[in-house]
Amino acid sequence: MSDAAGLAELADTLFTVTILAYSVAAIAFAAALAFASRGATAGEHLSERQRASEQSSGASAEPTNQIQVLDPTSGSAFSSRASQVAMGITLLGAVLHGSVLLLRGLAAQRVPLGNMFELATAVAFVGVAGFLYLAFRTPRLREIGLFVTLPVTVGLVLVGLFLYAESGPLVAALRSRWLVVHVTTVSIGFGAFLTSGILSALFLVRSRFEEAGHAAAGMLGRIGHRLPSSQTLDRAAHRMVIFGFPIFTFAVIAGAVWAESAWGRFWGWDPKETWAFISWIVYAAYLHARATAGWKGRAAAWINVAGLVVMLFNLLFINLVIAGLHSYAGIN
Amino acid sequence: MLTDTKSSRGPKPPMRVRLVRGARGWWRWLTSMRTALMLLFLLALAAVPGSLLPQRTLSQSAVAQYFADNPALAPFLDRLGLFDVFAAPWFAAIYLLLFISLIGCLVPRTWGHIRSMRAEPPRAPTRLSRLPRHAELDTGLGPEQALDVAEEELRVANYRVLRRDGALSAEKGLLKESGNIVFHLALLALLISLAVGKLWGYEGSVLVQEGQGFCNTFQQYDTYSAGPLIGGGDLTPLCVDLEDFQARYEPDLTPASFTGDISYSRVPGGPDEQATIGINSPLRVDGARLYLTGRGFAPIFSVTLQDGRTFTELSAPFLPTDSATMLSEGVLKLPDLGAGRDQLALQGVFVPTAHDLGGGLLTSVDPRPLDPAVAIVVYAGTVGLDSGIPQNVFTLDQDRIARGQLERVGAGNLRPGESLDLPDGTSITFTGFKEFAALQVNRDPGQLAVLISSLAMLAGLMTTLLVRRRRVFVRPGDSVLEIGGLAPGGSADPAEFEQVVKRIRTALAEDRPDRREP
Repeated sequence: MSDAAGLAELADTLFTVTILAYSVAAIAFAAALAFASRGATAGEHLSERQRASEQSSGASAEPTNQIQVLDPTSGSAFSSRASQVAMGITLLGAVLHGSVLLLRGLAAQRVPLGNMFELATAVAFVGVAGFLYLAFRTPRLREIGLFVTLPVTVGLVLVGLFLYAESGPLVAALRSRWLVVHVTTVSIGFGAFLTSGILSALFLVRSRFEEAGHAAAGMLGRIGHRLPSSQTLDRAAHRMVIFGFPIFTFAVIAGAVWAESAWGRFWGWDPKETWAFISWIVYAAYLHARATAGWKGRAAAWINVAGLVVMLFNLLFINLVIAGLHSYAGIN
Repeated sequence: MLTDTKSSRGPKPPMRVRLVRGARGWWRWLTSMRTALMLLFLLALAAVPGSLLPQRTLSQSAVAQYFADNPALAPFLDRLGLFDVFAAPWFAAIYLLLFISLIGCLVPRTWGHIRSMRAEPPRAPTRLSRLPRHAELDTGLGPEQALDVAEEELRVANYRVLRRDGALSAEKGLLKESGNIVFHLALLALLISLAVGKLWGYEGSVLVQEGQGFCNTFQQYDTYSAGPLIGGGDLTPLCVDLEDFQARYEPDLTPASFTGDISYSRVPGGPDEQATIGINSPLRVDGARLYLTGRGFAPIFSVTLQDGRTFTELSAPFLPTDSATMLSEGVLKLPDLGAGRDQLALQGVFVPTAHDLGGGLLTSVDPRPLDPAVAIVVYAGTVGLDSGIPQNVFTLDQDRIARGQLERVGAGNLRPGESLDLPDGTSITFTGFKEFAALQVNRDPGQLAVLISSLAMLAGLMTTLLVRRRRVFVRPGDSVLEIGGLAPGGSADPAEFEQVVKRIRTALAEDRPDRREP
């Protein structure tokens, strides 16, 4: 028992350290953005060349980026160093973040997805992991690091403050094999949608910047400058939804199978079920929109951002405010 | 899916033509992608009030509470069907339009896909350099030989290849559209299976105390709902007795399990079978399922009248208002204490583990019945069970108290064995408690079909999202091979095309005459 308490305590400490790591990463990403003003022009130039070379022979984005990083004339050596450091710290944070979940699982001898604290922590973890995957595949996406690590840091602080729950046994209603299947897939789908929504929001900023002929002033200009090309952002956002949507669909089906044996029906328009339905429809609409002439681009991206809002409402408001079967209460 | 096309408008065509054109225009509008997207959004939007307003299907009492809290607004919302959103006509209108739009979209697309699967890959364009992807390879081979090599490589890479007029047309990924069509057909199947379940399904709930039982007939349920096409005689024969109910808790009072030991028979008067049901583990019998959906305590009282007559084992289920401590509220109505006599009603709370808050207020500190007690108020008068108006068995009619038809005659907190004496000499004794279980019998004949359709949807979805459509064309030039690639309906993946080019290049290098003979 004291072993379990020790593990749970260690998990709590690691949770704090994770937040610390992400906030340091966010500062480093912010520094990379702030001190790269001259490099940006070079980057811009390169990204056009890159696009041109993609068109002709399909060379991957990797080498061009390498040139940018090593280019001593760009004056952004500090910036690229900061970006690398930030990536390293984010990776470290993700490892710690994963350990929090692992330790809580070990402490309670169960899947660490038994309450809102653990669910929200897992969703944030998947979001960060999705960003890291994209950023290692397409290095230009590193530049959006601030827009992932900052919301995750703030989110985790709020989760720690308002949703914290002691590590403990599951309530009877959650003691089912389907818990692992349903909640794991929900977290993965949700995490993917989270990252995708951020990418689409940044796509909207960047595409407006590109429309203004790369000469926008003020905030739009300063942020738009630093972002990867709108095509890169749009593709990454789409890829994350393509990854998340089937998993989320499976999660809903698994939830229905579980509900059939737990609540007497596979679907009953419980508030959470209703919002799963709404979210599913919004992402189905995004996929349709992105494949339809006239809806591609900004309209589709707005749908994806709406999806993000729906998912956050679904996680926070429906679970915490509306009383329903998903309120993680006992059987009554 | 389908895209809008502008309909041509001539100068004043005859009426019939205009009608047909109008209908066609409507049909085109309904089956356009833009409309489908709008209907999807409307459907999502329409579902929102179903989660924010109380729903009759989920909780009648929450709806009643809403009416009490918002007397001006509630009847208006009710007229719009907002307390039963998912059965409202406007909700049905949206999904039926979507259904029709889907069919209108799917039928031509399925035929188109079947045709394209049978058709040959399209002819190679004249200028391959105009395609999104393009490469030129040095061959050192004759045109025919070089084409042979390329054809071989494309076939190995699972392309359908056609050689025509000295050029190759290759195509891959038709499965993408197949997956898309399977997904949407399965969606239709899902909707039909849902309808089957709604029409022929039923659900009945009943509270059963330990030692009692019920049979699967509509008359014996406290509440039930049934599809319009199911009759009372169609219910699965099943009789159930609840022999024992057990609630187990972890040391920190987290509920660990709730189980009911039951005996049941499938034919009236047939042999009994034993089973244990619990949360997450229902009993499945011939398509019907028996669930344990809730539980609670039923305090037991005995009443001794002033003339010495005694009524024992009087009990009613008290509903838990707090699942963590099992503080429960309820009413025991006693209308049959003898002719010409006042009826009695006991209203109060049951606490499984009592804690005195002072001033006679009781609360519960533990969900387990370690130190049970009741706090009751006794009313005398006419309970009104014979008035013909349906009553809630868990509450007293407050109007009767206000009108003086029920008069408060006593109140007190009782532990097991303790009695409360009323002014007229009647004595009420709290003798103990029983546990009860909320049991539910369900049948949904569409359920298996719903599962199969949704798995087919998932399979179709993954196919259509993961498979990419590609076309590659190869045309030999003067000891070079020109290769062009495109991805219909999407952006061509550069890496993918590069790989094909690389394969062909490698194969060509192996076949070069100068390499063949060292």
